[in-house]
Amino acid sequence: MVEQYLPLWEVFVRSKRGMDHKHCGSVHAADSEQALQYARDVYTRRMEGNSIWVVEAKHIVASQPDDQQAFFEPSDDKVYRHATFYDVPADVKHM
Amino acid sequence: MAMSQSPLTEQQALYQYTLRMADNALILGHRLSEWCGHGPFLEEDIGMINTALDLLGQCRMLYSYAGEVEGKGRDEDDLAYHRDEREFTNFLIVEQPKGDFAYTTIRQFLVDVYNLYLYTDLCESKDQTLAAVAQKAIKETRYHVRHTAEWVKRLGDGTEASHEKMVTALDEVWRFVNEMFEMDEVDQLMLDAGIGVDRAKIKERWLTKVDEVLSEATLQRPVESYTRRGGRQGLHTEHMGFLLAEMQYVQRCNPGLAW
Repeated sequence: MVEQYLPLWEVFVRSKRGMDHKHCGSVHAADSEQALQYARDVYTRRMEGNSIWVVEAKHIVASQPDDQQAFFEPSDDKVYRHATFYDVPADVKHM
Repeated sequence: MAMSQSPLTEQQALYQYTLRMADNALILGHRLSEWCGHGPFLEEDIGMINTALDLLGQCRMLYSYAGEVEGKGRDEDDLAYHRDEREFTNFLIVEQPKGDFAYTTIRQFLVDVYNLYLYTDLCESKDQTLAAVAQKAIKETRYHVRHTAEWVKRLGDGTEASHEKMVTALDEVWRFVNEMFEMDEVDQLMLDAGIGVDRAKIKERWLTKVDEVLSEATLQRPVESYTRRGGRQGLHTEHMGFLLAEMQYVQRCNPGLAW
């Protein structure tokens, strides 16, 4: 039995060339090579991707629920910051 | 000794040759699959079973081709599930019980490295089908080696307890390794025909790679003492019958069952 948990790693997979890496889950692993292998085994066994990033979860700095007001609410009334006043040509994908 | 005419035709040798590789893949894959749901932790459980499935995929291609070469209308299921112990031709190393995780790891590593060079050389086979199977299998095998080599290093150069377990496992498995490199009549005939591989050449590279990983793992290669052999003649260890009884049970009770 494993009583001590291995470090947690966040996994990002890129599904296609030209697309960006998307967070898809996490794995436990002892080091970066093992994390990469487990990410491959757990998240890409059904042709989901062609590139993987792993990063140890402790290195991710995340905003907190308490930051909600200060961080995000000020942009609520500034719709002009969105590029919604332009027509996006039909050929442009992934916008 | 004077050269005697081989009683085997090239077709019979090709059937045997293909069947042996299929048997090795199936039995090793089955042993690995016994860890399903019992792996040391979730991620490794999934990783091991991926490898087991790769091996199962390899054996299916090889059995189908063996059945075709044999020309008696047997398909992959007939060959996998409706042959008896004495008709199985796998190496003894792959049928040994899975043991503890150290034993599974070292056995898998040693066979993975063997497969790495076997399939590398088989990619050059004059037999188009075997070359194609090898080209698919080599990609999977490169990953298998990468995965098990990491574990050999991790456990060998880990804690005192993990190191001890690896030493014991290595000693335990070593008497089965040399069988993988012995050439018999079938091997020679296939080599001469440009279809099969030269096992002596595989062994050289196998030893170099194994030594490299063992040394990183602070483990020592055991001295060659004596070799257990017989798998290719259908002379198996006592574990094989139990393995087949479990593996073949469903097809034996319900022949031809599909789902």
